Amino acid sequence: MSIDKETVQKIAYLARIRVSDAQLEPLAGEISGILEWIEQLSELDTDGVEPMASVAEMTLPMRKDAVTDGNCQAAVLKNAPDSEDGFFAVPKVVE
Amino acid sequence: MTELTQLTIAKARDGLENKDFSASELAEAHIKAMEDARGLNAFITETPEIALERAREADTRRGKGKGKGEALGAMDGIPIAIKDLFATEGVLTTAGSHILDGFVPPYESTVSANLRSDGAVMLGKANLDEFAMGSANVTSYYGAVKNPWKASTGKNAGKDLVPGGSSGGSAAAVASNIAMAAIGTDTGGSIRQPASFTGIVGLKPTYGRCSRWGTVAFASSLDQAGPMTKTVADAAIMLQSMAGYDAKDSTSADIALPDFEKALSGDIRGLKVGVPKEYRLDGIDEEITRLWDNGISWLKSAGAEIIEVSLPTTKYALPTYYIVAPAEASANLARYDGVRFGLRVPGESLDDLYRNTRGEGFGDEVKRRILMGTYVLSAGYYDAYYMKAQRVRTLISNDFKKAFADVDVLLTPTAPSAAFAIGEKQDDPIAMYLNDVFTVPASLAGLPGISIPAGLSVDGLPLGLQLIGRAFDEETLLRAAGVLETAADFTSNSGGLK
Repeated sequence: MSIDKETVQKIAYLARIRVSDAQLEPLAGEISGILEWIEQLSELDTDGVEPMASVAEMTLPMRKDAVTDGNCQAAVLKNAPDSEDGFFAVPKVVE
Repeated sequence: MTELTQLTIAKARDGLENKDFSASELAEAHIKAMEDARGLNAFITETPEIALERAREADTRRGKGKGKGEALGAMDGIPIAIKDLFATEGVLTTAGSHILDGFVPPYESTVSANLRSDGAVMLGKANLDEFAMGSANVTSYYGAVKNPWKASTGKNAGKDLVPGGSSGGSAAAVASNIAMAAIGTDTGGSIRQPASFTGIVGLKPTYGRCSRWGTVAFASSLDQAGPMTKTVADAAIMLQSMAGYDAKDSTSADIALPDFEKALSGDIRGLKVGVPKEYRLDGIDEEITRLWDNGISWLKSAGAEIIEVSLPTTKYALPTYYIVAPAEASANLARYDGVRFGLRVPGESLDDLYRNTRGEGFGDEVKRRILMGTYVLSAGYYDAYYMKAQRVRTLISNDFKKAFADVDVLLTPTAPSAAFAIGEKQDDPIAMYLNDVFTVPASLAGLPGISIPAGLSVDGLPLGLQLIGRAFDEETLLRAAGVLETAADFTSNSGGLK
């Protein structure tokens, strides 16, 4: 399976990564190469095999519904690019 | 007396207890070594003040006169490097990426917090491949790390070599005696392969043994922290401190920790060692095969029973990994959007801000993997790629389950070659990915694996052997590794570092 420039542009948009026009062709080549290599998986018969999402043979534990953290507004805001009145001040993210 | 930077954790523990030297002296010696070896680019951030402060605290705990005093355990006063993938309170944490510019976490990862509360002394944050994606430590925004080893002969003689990756800074720091030990992380081989390339011990514990909380996520179903040390005993000591249940990681295993150091009995009589025939790859370097055969005969002489086993799905592990890991990465790395922390590159619209930030903030390999992951998860391809890979992952895991019905550990090479030159394999992603051909299968199955330095290549570079164990049976793994280490006698055979 090989992919073209337009497909790279489409997935780059889905991933919200700016890719310059000059990079599209090389990326299409590299990703096609990887996809062709991955293609060998089709040799394997996986009918009826359960997909494995995690190796951890455990059910997700439930914790007590209790407050275990908090009261650290100043620490939380430390990495905020800007803050106002105890809130993160960021560019408008709802359009 | 041996130079302080040449000590192992086990020896330093004794020396500290006997008051042969202080934790402060240990820290000072290692800080000096770190400064002298800046050319290796093993660290992104050096933290000498923190190291000296924690060393002084360790000395205060031990008190005057012989004995342990109030020491917190074996790691108290031991100078270590921390891969810059672990959040460290008040210290810049970059994941080797431009996109985390200026990120200073107000919290500490569980693994580094465990070591810290056992008294370990942080020397600094070790360089790594960006977001732990790489096998040569050449993708870091902070530049490539150099392997302290140099080839004596061959096409790369005298050239700067890669330390392996992604935990390349951690490996280089331990191999060059800058740090007595280091924390690494391993998603597909990122502890074991650099350990092999630099002649040190690297242990990837069972998935779930160490908490992932506070570790920058790459592929959450695979990521696992582990120790990188000079000896197997040190790996056991350090794992003891790092590991354990953590309610903050829902996949952390609520299983009591055994005494790992005690497992090193040196006795493997009757141990069943599997040798997977599918790991004998066509066209592999003859010296890798020879090393493997040496390992087999060492374990045999020590009383182990060698059994050939079959892991038929082996050749499909790497392509499976390169679907699963990028898919998980594309989801995990969605959080880096330039809005709340780290780098922000403004744009006309919100979409532009996202795209500009991520276009500039991520390096080429990270972008490639996010795009791959986005593609295999996208509508119309999800079943063909991602679901298919998850089904193959089940087959790979089943292979190991079958094998471990008959054997206790598996013995394989760690990597298909010795360290290569910086710049090599850079324009061929698949050639780079093949570095992890022997380490990825155990990662997909969540099994513990350890790389032990076992010999030198014809060009004088270290080569490692890998042991793979049953889930949560690091004890048997360490026991077998200890025997292999003694038989290989690596340090004295290689004359130490060149």
